Amino acid sequence: MSKAESTETTDNGVIQSVSGPVVSARDLDARMNDVVYVGDEGLMGEVIEIEGNVTTIQVYEETSGVGPGEPVENTGEPLSVDLGPGMLDAIYDGVQRPLDVLEGKMDSPYLDRGVDAPGIDLEEEWGFEPTVDEGDEVGRGDVVGVVEETVTIDHKVMVPPDALEADETAEVVAIESGSFDVTETVAELSNGVEVTMRQEWPVREARPTVEKRTPRQPLVSGQRILDGLFPIAKGGTAAIPGPFGSGKTVTQHQLAKYADADIIVYVGCGERGNEMTEVIEDFPELEDPANGNPLMARTSLIANTSNMPVAARESCIYTGITIAEYYRDMGYDVALMADSTSRWAEAMREISSRLEEMPGEEGYPAYLAARLAQFYERAGYFENINGTEGSVSAIGAVSPPGGDFSEPVTQNTLRIVKTFWALDADLAERRHFPSINWNESYSLYKDQLDPWFQEEVAEDWPDKRQWAVDVLDEETELQEIVQLVGKDALPEDQQLTLEVARYLREAYLQQNAFHPVDTYCPPEKTYLMLTTIETFNDEAFAALEAGVPVEEIIDIDAAPKINRIGVQEDYEEYVADLKAEITEELRSLY
Amino acid sequence: MKEYQTITEISGPLVYAEVDEAIGYDEIVEIETAQGDTLRGQVLESSEGLVAIQVFEGTSGIDQNASVRFLGETMKMPVTEDLLGRVLDGSGRPIDGGPEIVPDERQDIVGAAINPYSREYPEEFIETGVSAIDGMNTLVRGQKLPIFSSSGQPHSELAMQIARQASVPEEEESGDGEGSEFAVIFGAMGITQEEANEFMQDFERTGALERSVVFMNLADDPAVERTVTPRMVLTTAEYLAFEKDYHVLVILTDMTNYCEALREIGAAREEVPGRRGYPGYMYTDLAQLYERAGRIEGREGSVTQIPILTMPGDDDTHPIPDLTGYITEGQIYVDPDLNSQGLQPPVNVLPSLSRLMDDGIGEGLTREDHGDVSDQMYAAYAEGEDLRDLVNIVGREALSERDNKYLDFADAFETEFVDQGFDQNRDLEETLEIGWDLLSMLPKEELNRVDEEFIETYYREDDSERKIVEAAD
Repeated sequence: MSKAESTETTDNGVIQSVSGPVVSARDLDARMNDVVYVGDEGLMGEVIEIEGNVTTIQVYEETSGVGPGEPVENTGEPLSVDLGPGMLDAIYDGVQRPLDVLEGKMDSPYLDRGVDAPGIDLEEEWGFEPTVDEGDEVGRGDVVGVVEETVTIDHKVMVPPDALEADETAEVVAIESGSFDVTETVAELSNGVEVTMRQEWPVREARPTVEKRTPRQPLVSGQRILDGLFPIAKGGTAAIPGPFGSGKTVTQHQLAKYADADIIVYVGCGERGNEMTEVIEDFPELEDPANGNPLMARTSLIANTSNMPVAARESCIYTGITIAEYYRDMGYDVALMADSTSRWAEAMREISSRLEEMPGEEGYPAYLAARLAQFYERAGYFENINGTEGSVSAIGAVSPPGGDFSEPVTQNTLRIVKTFWALDADLAERRHFPSINWNESYSLYKDQLDPWFQEEVAEDWPDKRQWAVDVLDEETELQEIVQLVGKDALPEDQQLTLEVARYLREAYLQQNAFHPVDTYCPPEKTYLMLTTIETFNDEAFAALEAGVPVEEIIDIDAAPKINRIGVQEDYEEYVADLKAEITEELRSLY
Repeated sequence: MKEYQTITEISGPLVYAEVDEAIGYDEIVEIETAQGDTLRGQVLESSEGLVAIQVFEGTSGIDQNASVRFLGETMKMPVTEDLLGRVLDGSGRPIDGGPEIVPDERQDIVGAAINPYSREYPEEFIETGVSAIDGMNTLVRGQKLPIFSSSGQPHSELAMQIARQASVPEEEESGDGEGSEFAVIFGAMGITQEEANEFMQDFERTGALERSVVFMNLADDPAVERTVTPRMVLTTAEYLAFEKDYHVLVILTDMTNYCEALREIGAAREEVPGRRGYPGYMYTDLAQLYERAGRIEGREGSVTQIPILTMPGDDDTHPIPDLTGYITEGQIYVDPDLNSQGLQPPVNVLPSLSRLMDDGIGEGLTREDHGDVSDQMYAAYAEGEDLRDLVNIVGREALSERDNKYLDFADAFETEFVDQGFDQNRDLEETLEIGWDLLSMLPKEELNRVDEEFIETYYREDDSERKIVEAAD
């Protein structure tokens, strides 16, 4: 929503009281969720409560110095985002104001108040290529042309979903290729609708689709523990809860860098400023693993850092998912990362407490569960209204206080999401990264994604995964005994199991996000690594059976090389050699 | 400017007054009591006809006849380069008997958020001379790295050691040694007079005072004033860093007292409390302080923050350390057990973390093997720590040779690496060499986090190659 381009204001009110981000006004003629401009400086806000003559507004900017008696103007429109070419390679705040443009307008590195800018550049011209001819019939959502938005992404210009009824079609009466800005008409329809490259959409409302389908393709992330043990589907939902310092943000960044989605929407919600700066500095230089283009060419960033106004933190999640849905409508697979949904929930709590609403669990509003569910339900694998298929995958970090997963945000999230990556402070302390706990995490997409992995990687993918899970489970049980009596008191076969499990943990589950090669591990490599450890396992147990003492088996020179597979670029050759070496060395023992 | 004698209610640190004009949120107020004292406060809530005022100095002495003046502006800090070397109270007034401060500018103490787009990512290594920090949890310019401690621990000594020793090595080499020193801004909130004296003596002894600004809100100063002190500190820091090109190190102690003050005000306003009675907006409030650390593109200076907090009951799930940890870029734990063993500084590296470390170290920045050495020492120390529990049950003899080596490593790590004394300043080279001396206690094959090339270069094949640490027996 941008003031620069907004509708005329309708009815004015007067501020009655100010308390932090919550302002109440009287005599304002407004509907719920209307956007209003507050005070002499015109700070942007949203109507969140109406009681008799008094309207309560949450303000998206700092309210210092704003006092009673100042005017409030209503725009008569709900909080909306501008959708059109130019959203990729952009960085926005929580209400879609482009931060790079704001820096120029404010002429200061600090965020000033009352300055506004449209979400997409209204003057920039784009080369439009029609994909339909004059005389063609089009329905709502249909693509009429494309624009090369970035080197990676063709932006499809669609008939707005609200331009026609569901089954209605209209004839294209005028369309031509050429250079246009986003406000100019690129196609005219017989019912008088003029299609531009820019659409507006209210953020709190999901964009329409035909139906939600069962997702059957994995969102391949290049992270071994995720792809290998706990995969997420394209169109799936996942939660990453963990205490501070356990690696939520690094995991989110890794997904944003390497997930095989077409578009990434990264929402930094109430998190650190420097983390967003890192993304802004790193992404343009990193290569998209799919095509070698800069990563920013497929990324849209929304940054509402922890010190930016709390109300805009509440809205940034909606801004993000609406942008994601828009690209989904073009038939793209979109992945949305929200870091962190706890900060979003806390923003709701803060506003709720200023409204003096009756609190639910731990002071969170009673509607917390409903809001979380609404957000995650906007993700999914969809048939779009124009007949294409697209997906929005939603991955939310959760920051439970004290790392206690029984708190309301984690619990309400777990009731909705189907993938759970539990981060563990203990693992992080011993620098086991990614510190995802393999005993607590789960993915309910495993079974429906197996056919894809069997087809694309290896027929026995599910069996190998199960083998790894079994070994790790057994290790957990054995560790309890080891804690009591020491490792040497265990029978030899169990000592060997512990050794195998150690390689699973150190070579397979650990992955160095800062190593140029290890940071991205294709599914083939993930698979080969697992089969190498299994080779060691099988040969080692055969040797043990043949009477070789366990110390000698563990001590072979080849085994520690398993830990180096991750950093090999030519992994296929390395793995083949290593398997042969392990087999040879172990067989020479008996 | 109008004066009102319309106070209707006085409750804790809050005063409610009736007004007949529009008063802005956060505006500054002066209240003159019948005895002639002038107290300062701030508007917390403003509605038509009535405002709630939070009084910094406390409300004692105020009665319904006191007169209230609204100054028509929000709280400002007078800033100038001449502040360096000065000692101020918690509200920014000089208490060192020196001359009046003639400000260059008066800046709003509620700093605006730095546009994330305008930030520059911090990646310049700061050498603190403390091995547990430089080697394992490297600090960089523009970072916010708190010290998590508890009552009775020597966190102040550690903070002073850092303030004394911190420098950026590269600039020393390039000749302008002066430029690599930090301006230290020290914000005391609710600390005792004795603690304050220790800090002041240290500042004076080392001559650091002339490049420092000290803000003192002591334990017996008004609690509400504490909510303003860190904002004054950070406004000064931002001015010196981003307008006068200083590299500023901000030490805030003790954040726990600050949060207590927030809770006190929240309770007086009868707000719905969050966890353990702290206000629900504490995360946002703390973020508005901590996020004022950083670097800005195109500006020379930087603001690095080291807030100190004492965790009630040494519990890091308490809301204060918990919310802090979610905002800051890591944390340094001061550990009571290590302290009772006599380690100086008693830093427990296992739960400690520096999030910006990975980008600030390595080839061209510190030393090529820095990251690997640190990772390996973490893993080895963690394993040794685990084994200690086991030793208590089964005894050392029952453990394998490998396990015994890890136990020895863990002991040596504490005594040789961490325990360096508060007066020793180690450069990074020395820290890493000690690291290699210790890692060489383990068999080569165990060093699975270190690149083979570095093992080749640095691993001590036998004890005689050790550079710093003498071999045991």
